Amino acid sequence: MSFAAHLAIAPVVIPALAAPLALLSMRRRRRLGVGIGFASCSLMLVVALLLLNAASDGTIRTYEVGEWPAPFGIVLVVDRLSAIMLTLVASLSLIALLHAVVTRTDRKGWHFHSLFQFQIMGLNGAFLTGDLFNLFVFFEVLLIASYGLMLHGQGPARLKAGVQYVIVNIVGSSLFLIALGLLYALTGTLNMADMGLRVAAIGPDDQGLLRVAALLVVSVFALKAAIVPLHMWLPRTYAVSTPAVAALFAIMTKVGVYSLIRVVPQIFGDDAGAAAWVPAPYLLPAAMLTAIVGFSGVFVARELSEQAAYAVIGSTGTLMIAVAGWQEDTLGAAIYYLVHSTFAGAALFLVADVVARRRLSFSDGATPGPLFQHRQGIALLFMAAAIAATGLPPLSGFIGKLLILQSVADAPGWHWAWGTILATTLIAVIGFARTGSAIFWNEARIESSDLSPRFSKSDLAAPIITIALLAALSAGAGPATEYGRSAAVQVMDRAAAARAVLGEH
Amino acid sequence: MTLELLFATAIGVLVAGGIYLSLRGRTFQVVLGLTLFSYAVNLFLFASGRLTIDRAPILSKAASSYADPLPQALVLTAIVITFGMTAFAVVLALRSFLESGSDQVDGDDAACDRHAKPSVTSEPSE
Repeated sequence: MSFAAHLAIAPVVIPALAAPLALLSMRRRRRLGVGIGFASCSLMLVVALLLLNAASDGTIRTYEVGEWPAPFGIVLVVDRLSAIMLTLVASLSLIALLHAVVTRTDRKGWHFHSLFQFQIMGLNGAFLTGDLFNLFVFFEVLLIASYGLMLHGQGPARLKAGVQYVIVNIVGSSLFLIALGLLYALTGTLNMADMGLRVAAIGPDDQGLLRVAALLVVSVFALKAAIVPLHMWLPRTYAVSTPAVAALFAIMTKVGVYSLIRVVPQIFGDDAGAAAWVPAPYLLPAAMLTAIVGFSGVFVARELSEQAAYAVIGSTGTLMIAVAGWQEDTLGAAIYYLVHSTFAGAALFLVADVVARRRLSFSDGATPGPLFQHRQGIALLFMAAAIAATGLPPLSGFIGKLLILQSVADAPGWHWAWGTILATTLIAVIGFARTGSAIFWNEARIESSDLSPRFSKSDLAAPIITIALLAALSAGAGPATEYGRSAAVQVMDRAAAARAVLGEH
Repeated sequence: MTLELLFATAIGVLVAGGIYLSLRGRTFQVVLGLTLFSYAVNLFLFASGRLTIDRAPILSKAASSYADPLPQALVLTAIVITFGMTAFAVVLALRSFLESGSDQVDGDDAACDRHAKPSVTSEPSE
């Protein structure tokens, strides 16, 4: 095999090597550990861009681990959607890492950099694998790393939220295993492409079981994506996490959404009998509720970080409204909005941190406080992040929402979807305007005993880069939406994926 | 038939106990519940390769039929993962109890105020 053929596994191997190296070097040579983290993330970005470019010709590349042939061995699949997700992870991880290093939060514990790398390894693996059990394993890798990262910095608030987060996810993993057991018992395979072919041959007696298994898998992914009513774990967890980590976690809910986009068309498509498009009737109402709950949370939240956490839920809801259409158009719009909403969520968490650091005891609460440094610049950043998160022009959220509105316009019940998206946008705008004006426009006259220390502007770098990426996503909306749409076409084409993974039959 | 009945009953009892304990308010009981639940899941995974006896586990020239080896590999993976997760949950629950003084999963917010910024406990030296 040539070097280029091995490129597909590089996004898993690079962080897997970097993590122990960072762990070894952190104690004695902190700078070396930081350097390894940055080098690994940059390398992954290069690999992801190469794969993104390679996937743009429409071929589906597969990598058979250990050269075991496909339905028996583990196979990694690189198509357009995987390549988009890999690029997203790599760029987001660089931003989060930059912010962690600049704000020195990575020094609050020994293991930040290695946990960070393992987290990325789990994410990359989940986006690459073509095997359902392997997906479970990578979920566990990213979860155990996320437990460590979420608790990074410690303190009772984090520990308390951490207990809930861990317990919810252990239950989710158990349900995932039950569904996997059922699917394996019914189809005799764990390879997604192979399973997609075999579900058609399941006898009438077992249709009920298949339906149960399909619904279980979908609920597990919905739990990861924090879709109402399975969203309860998210706000507290994200709001108390270290902000750099929370920015990285903006992609965690997208893992659930990605898995839904990947698994449902491939396995539970038209041929799946009782399980054909099984989540369809439930997903649209759940998605609309998610958008309403999320953006209402933005409206009532008392701190910027809490607001950012609810904005993540709300944007997932908007995203799922598009996904629930299960058409090439709607999925294409969803993929564009997915990339956008990940960066928008991250930008909100980063801006919240920048504010909280400067306001000292006032933190990021939506109450008037004393004047703080770089107020005008940060106010602009907050406005840009809020514009992105709510989906107003000129940033890419507007384009994403417009695409979603357009794509669902032919679907039954479109007026519900339109009403929800437009109403929640208004609610979110008011919510962000309220916190923004409280923090940036009002000043509390306080006998200034706590003179704030001088802050360098370096911690503004990460939010600025994120906003710049969003601007780039809007400027390059033409090619980006085109890529997203062709990725959606590829995802919906089950036969092509089966041919690529299993070879000609 | 009896083998299936025995196996299914065992899984059912474990799941029932696991769910009951998982819904309790204290972390220790919840962890026990999760453990029982994961036992049930492991048994269930094992059964997904069908319950058979007297079959060759690996290649043998005399054998005409084989036991499915894949579920055993899956169970092994699942056991390792759930073991690690449970150990982590136990340590986390203990630590949370020691720091916040409450072992309720929901917690009472009186003992734990979000606005009190988490303190830095260990700062690596240069």
